[in-house]
Amino acid sequence: MEASRLQAMIRKAIPDAEVEAVDLQGGDHFDVVVVSDRFRGASLVDRHRMVYAALGDAMQGPVHALTIRAWTPAERDERVGG
Amino acid sequence: MAQDIFERIKQQVDADRVVLYMKGTPSLPQCGFSNVAAEILNRIGVEYKTYDVLQDPSLREGIKQFSSWPTIPQLYVDGEFVGGCDIMRSMYESGELEQLINPD
Repeated sequence: MEASRLQAMIRKAIPDAEVEAVDLQGGDHFDVVVVSDRFRGASLVDRHRMVYAALGDAMQGPVHALTIRAWTPAERDERVGG
Repeated sequence: MAQDIFERIKQQVDADRVVLYMKGTPSLPQCGFSNVAAEILNRIGVEYKTYDVLQDPSLREGIKQFSSWPTIPQLYVDGEFVGGCDIMRSMYESGELEQLINPD
């Protein structure tokens, strides 16, 4: 599984999202940052569930470990400095 | 079959206030994420119950179905699913996790 594929899957399910996916190790351990207005008002659990749902079957095998940061644009600006 | 494991998990999350499903044990974690999760609870200083999913394949699969969550570790507080390692870390940093576990 490649990071670009993860990115594409998330973008497909959450069209307004900015997505960065990084392969941390060996093609089965990834770090994703997803920034979307859709996360506004959603709990962390719900946000992560949206990302997991986007990846679907990939979570059953190819993706063994995933670090997720799911932010609204405002939260991202706060952290990164808009 | 699925019903049995769900029953078992329901009993587990109700039996203790703070329950962590992890790979390995707090003293011998078998995965970096599980290690972080246990460490966070250690720092908060709460007593918690752990279940090592590596010892029990039906639990390892069952907890993912039960929580509708594809990864381990998984934290339950007062019978409610709280999240995995990333969520625990985020909530720990904001103080929310301690507040949830030890409300003032």
